[in-house]
Amino acid sequence: MRIELVKRPEMSRKMMLLSPLIAVGLTVVAAAIVFALQGKNPLTGVYLFFLDPVTSLWGLEQLVTKATPLVLIALGLSFCYLSNNWNIGAEGQLTMGAIAGSILPVLAPDFDAFVVFPLVLIMAAAGGALYALIPAGLKVRFGTSEILTSLMLVYCSTLFLDWLVRGPWRSPTGYNFPITVDFNSAAVLNDYAIGGMYLNGSALAALIAVAVFAVLLRMTLKGFEIRVIGLSPRAGAFAGFSARRMTLFTFALSGALAGLAGMMVVMSEIEKLQPVISPGYGFTAIIVAFLGRLNPVGILIAGLVIAVSYLGGEAIQTSMQVSSKVATVLQGMLLFFVLACDTLILYRVRLVPGRSSGEAARA
Amino acid sequence: MLEAIILTVITAATPLLLAATGELVAERSGVLNLGVEGMMVMGAVAGFAGAITTGSPLFGILLGLVAGLATSLVFAFVTLTLVANQVASGLALTLFGLGLSGLIGESYVGQPGLKLPSLSIPGLTDLPFVGRILFGQDLLVYVSFALVAAVTWFLFRTRGGLVLRAVGDNHASAHALGYSVVKVRYLAVMFGGACAGLGGAYLSVAYTPLWVENMTAGRGWVALALVVFASWLPWRAAVGAYLFGAVTVLQFHAQALGIGVPSQFLAMLPYLATIVVLVAISGNRRTTRFNTPACLGVPFVPDR
Repeated sequence: MRIELVKRPEMSRKMMLLSPLIAVGLTVVAAAIVFALQGKNPLTGVYLFFLDPVTSLWGLEQLVTKATPLVLIALGLSFCYLSNNWNIGAEGQLTMGAIAGSILPVLAPDFDAFVVFPLVLIMAAAGGALYALIPAGLKVRFGTSEILTSLMLVYCSTLFLDWLVRGPWRSPTGYNFPITVDFNSAAVLNDYAIGGMYLNGSALAALIAVAVFAVLLRMTLKGFEIRVIGLSPRAGAFAGFSARRMTLFTFALSGALAGLAGMMVVMSEIEKLQPVISPGYGFTAIIVAFLGRLNPVGILIAGLVIAVSYLGGEAIQTSMQVSSKVATVLQGMLLFFVLACDTLILYRVRLVPGRSSGEAARA
Repeated sequence: MLEAIILTVITAATPLLLAATGELVAERSGVLNLGVEGMMVMGAVAGFAGAITTGSPLFGILLGLVAGLATSLVFAFVTLTLVANQVASGLALTLFGLGLSGLIGESYVGQPGLKLPSLSIPGLTDLPFVGRILFGQDLLVYVSFALVAAVTWFLFRTRGGLVLRAVGDNHASAHALGYSVVKVRYLAVMFGGACAGLGGAYLSVAYTPLWVENMTAGRGWVALALVVFASWLPWRAAVGAYLFGAVTVLQFHAQALGIGVPSQFLAMLPYLATIVVLVAISGNRRTTRFNTPACLGVPFVPDR
C-alpha cells in the first residue's frame, strides 16, 4: 500500500475551505488519544479542552485577550510568508517592541500626560520594526538566511530583557524582584465593559488590522505585489517589483505589529516589565498564520481557535490534573495537520495497493 | 587550566557536531529540515529517561537516537509523501518536539541523571596533558569524529553518496535515471534525525546529566547554521562545531572570572557569533554557490 499524489488541474476551492477544518478535526481526535493515553476519559478531556473555555463570559473574555496578540502578529507574518520571507523571530520583535515602548513609562514614571499613550505605542512599533530590519537588512545586503538570523535574535532579545529588569531598569521599590516600576495610568490599557465582558482597546485594534490587511491584500497594488513576488519572484522582477524592498517592507511591518502586540500585552496584563512577558505568542502566531491560510479573515478565526487551546490547557490542568503542556503538543500537531491537509488543495491523494514507489520507479 | 578548557570545548562541541553532520546529509539530498531543535530535544528527553529507567547511560543514548529518528519520520511523511512546505513543516517539528518533550519530561525535572562514563585506558589516559584529551573522552566524542569521516567517505567516495548528491542537486534527472528520489530523501532525513537524537541525548546524558525543559537552548538552530557555515562539507562542520564550542566555553569562563560584562550579554555571544558567521559566509558567494545542493527545499512529486 502506498500513497500517490495526482495533481489537480486547478486548485480545489472546496478543499481550501475544508482543509483547515479537517486539520482541526484531526487535532480533536489526536487530543482524545492523548487524554486516553494519560488514563483520562477522552470525551471529558475534549469537552474541557475545546468547549468549556467558550461556555462562560469570563472564558470568552480570556479568549479574546489571548487571541488579540496572536491575530496581530500572525497578520504581519502572513505578509512575510506570502512573499517568501521567512520571519520566525516575531517573539524577539515582540520583546524588543515592548522594551522600546516601555522606555517612557519606566524612565519617566512621573510623565503622565495624554500624549504618553500614543508615544508608547509608536515607540513599541518602531522598536519591533527596527529589530525585524536586522535580519531583513542582512538578507538584502548579504543574502544571509533570514530564518536563522531572525531566530537567533529571539534569544538575544530575551537575554536583553532579562538584563534590563535585573539591572538598570529594576524597580527600587520592588524588593529586589526582577521587575520594573509599575506603569503610570497614562501608559495602561483600560478595560471597558462590552456586553458583560471586560475588554480593552487592543481587541478592537486587532479587528481593525484584520480589515485593513484584507483590503491591502485584495484591493491594492501592494497586495498584488506581495502575492506575485511570493508565487513567482521572476514574474515579479519582470513587473518591476523589487523583491529586496518587499523583504524590508514585510519584515518592518510584521516587526511593528509584533512590537505593538507585545506592548499591548504589557500595558493591559502586567503593567510593568518582567523577565517573561509572553507565553510564546510570537511562535504560536506562526501556527495561526498557516491555520488561517495566510488570509486576514482566516487568521482572525485561527487566532480564536488557537486561543482556545491556551485556555483549554489551563482548564484540563485544574479539572483533570493533566499537564497544561498538552496544549503545546496539540498546537504543534495542529500545524502539521494543517500543512498536510493543504496537500489536498493541489493534489488528489490516492491509496494504491501493491509495490512501493521505489520499486515501481526502478521497474 | 588549558587542559580543562579544551576538555569543556570538546563536550560543548560534540552535540553540535553530531546534529550538524546529520542535517548536512539530509540537506545534501535536497531536504531542508528546520526541525533539528525538535529532534534534538526529543533525543535529550528520551536519552535521559532511558538512562535512568534502565540504569544504563548507553541504552539512554540509543533511545535518544531512536527518538530523534522517529521524530524525523513525521517530518519526512509530511514533506516527502505529502509534499508540504519544508520550512513550515520544520518549524512545526520544532514546536511539536519542544512541546512533547516538555510533557514527557515533566516527571523527570529535578531528578539526578546518569552520566556516560569517560574512556579510561591505563597508561594512555594517564599521559600528561594529551592523555585525557586524546584517550579520556566519552564514547560519543569518538563516534562524532568517526561519523564525520564516514559521512565524508560515503558522500564523496561511494556510489550511494553520488546518488544522494545527485538527488539533492537535480531530482528530476535522478528520477529519470531510475533512482527513487523520495526513498533516498527518506533515508537521508532519517539519518539526520538519528544524528540529532544522538546530539540531544549527549546533552542530557553526557554534557549535563539532567533534564531541563528546552534544554537544547537553540543548539539545533546553531547546528543548522553550522551546515551553512560548513558549505555542506563535513570536515568544515567539525571545525565550525569546535569554534562554537569554544565561544560557548569562553563565555562560561568569562562569567566565572567576573569580568565587567553582565552575564546576559556573555550568554548572547554564541547566538551573535552565529549571525556574524552566517553573514561572513553568505558574503562569500563562491563557496556557497559551489556546494549548495541545487534542489535544497524544493519539493518533488514523481510523475508517472
